[in-house]
Amino acid sequence: MLARPGLPDFEYIKAETFQDVFDRMKEKGDDLKLLMGGTDLFVQMRDRGEGPSFLLDVKGLPGMQEISFDKKNGLIVGAAVTLNSLSSHPNLVKYFNVLCEAADTVGNYQLRNLATLGGNICNASPSADMSPAALIYDGKVIVESSSGERELSLDQFWIGPGKTALKNDEFLKRIQFPTPPEKAVGCYLKLGRSKMGDLAIVGVAVLAFPDSTLPAGIQFRIGINSTAPIAYRVPSVEEFLSQNPISDEILYKAAEMAMDISAPIEDQRATAIYQKKMVRNLVYKGLKEVWERLK
Amino acid sequence: MGEIEIILLTNKKRKTMAKHTITLIINGQSEELVVPSNMTLLHTLRDQLGLTGTKNGCEAGECGACTVLIDGEPVNSCLVLSVELDGREITTIEGLSSNGKLTPLQQAFVDLNAVQCGYCTPGMLMAGTALLRRNPKPTEEEIQKAMVGNLCRCTGYQRIIDAIMEASRQGGAQ
Repeated sequence: MLARPGLPDFEYIKAETFQDVFDRMKEKGDDLKLLMGGTDLFVQMRDRGEGPSFLLDVKGLPGMQEISFDKKNGLIVGAAVTLNSLSSHPNLVKYFNVLCEAADTVGNYQLRNLATLGGNICNASPSADMSPAALIYDGKVIVESSSGERELSLDQFWIGPGKTALKNDEFLKRIQFPTPPEKAVGCYLKLGRSKMGDLAIVGVAVLAFPDSTLPAGIQFRIGINSTAPIAYRVPSVEEFLSQNPISDEILYKAAEMAMDISAPIEDQRATAIYQKKMVRNLVYKGLKEVWERLK
Repeated sequence: MGEIEIILLTNKKRKTMAKHTITLIINGQSEELVVPSNMTLLHTLRDQLGLTGTKNGCEAGECGACTVLIDGEPVNSCLVLSVELDGREITTIEGLSSNGKLTPLQQAFVDLNAVQCGYCTPGMLMAGTALLRRNPKPTEEEIQKAMVGNLCRCTGYQRIIDAIMEASRQGGAQ
C-alpha cells in the first residue's frame, strides 16, 4: 500500500506582528487559515486533499506561548501554549488540576507537544477534552481584531460543532481563568473505547468547593462533552445540588438530571442511549469523588 | 491507481510553491536545506536527507512510527512542517548510538527481543528515550501512558515495556 499523499499545496507564512495577522486575514479572506499546533488541521488537509492556499503561523507572536498566574488576576494562557506545557506547569497542577488531567488524556504525549489549548478550543469539537475543564473553571476567551479585543464566555464562543463566534477578522489570543475558590477539588473522567489515547465517548469534569451560605454547604460545577452539539455546563443540576443537603441519593438524582439534559447523537463511537447512561454514571462517579475528598 | 495519480498531481503542484531556506541541527550536524512550505519534517528526513530510520506509518499522529526528538522532546514528525523548525535541534534514531555503541535502551530492546517486524522500533526507541530522560525511574503504568502514541502490531507491548524497565535499571536513556 502506498503512503498517504503529501499535504496539499499551500504557502507558509510566519506572522511577524499582530498587525501583520490582521492585514493578511483581510487580504486573503477564506483562503488563509491560522496555524497553531496543526495536529487537526494537517490531518484534515491530508484527508480532504485540499485546504487553504495560505497558512499563517501565529505561534511565535508575543504572549501566544506564555502562561501567567497570580492569585489576584488568575490564570492567563496564550492560545498557542501546548497541552504538555499546560499540564506540567506547577501552578496549574496546584490550582487547576482538572485542566492538567484533561490535557493528559488528549491523544498521546508526542501529539501534546504540538497540540495547543487555543487550537482545541477553536476547533469547537463536541468531544474536545479541554472543554469540560475550561467550563468548570469559568474560562473566558479573548479574541482580537484590528479594532481591538473582546471577551467571550465559552458558551458564547462555541456556537455549534466546529463553529465558533470568531468573525472573519478575529483570532483567539488567550484564554483566561479566575483563581478557583479556596479548597476547590475537581476531576475529569473520560470514557473512550480504550483506556488511553482515544476520543471521548463521554467526558465529565466536576469541581466542588465549600460554600457555607448554601444548604448543601458545597457548590458544584459540572462540565460535559461529547453528548450535545457543544460542550456544556448543567446549571439546573448545579442549582439542585446546592439547595439540598448532600447525600448519596441526592448525588445520584443529580446524575440522572444530567443524563436527561444530555442530547447525544448516534455515532460510530457509541449509541445515544449508551452515551446518556454513561453521562449519568460518570457524573455520579465524579460528584461522589469530589464530595469524598471535601468531607 | 487513484493514489498514484494523487501523488503525481501533488508533486506537480509542488513545483510552483515558494521554497524556504532553513537550517536544522540534525543529530548534532548543521544542515542547510531548501524546503517547500508543505514538506513535513518526516519527508525532509527521509526524502531529502536519506535518514530512513524514521518511519512513515499513518501520517496522522496516531501510530508514532515517525517520532523524533525536537529540542529533546518527542514529536510526531508527520505533523510538523520543516519550515517551522528553522534553527531547531532534531534527534533521529540514527543519532542515538555513538561510535557504534548502543544506548542502554537500544541494548535492552536487543537483549529482551522487544522487536518483531521492527517497523515501530525507531519510534518506540525515541519515545522511550524521551521518557527515561524526563523520568529515569518510571513505573509500568507510567511507561504505558507515555507509550500510548506508539503502536506495535506484533509484540503485544509487554517486551517493549520490559525493555524500558530494564534500561531504567541499567542507567536510563543516555
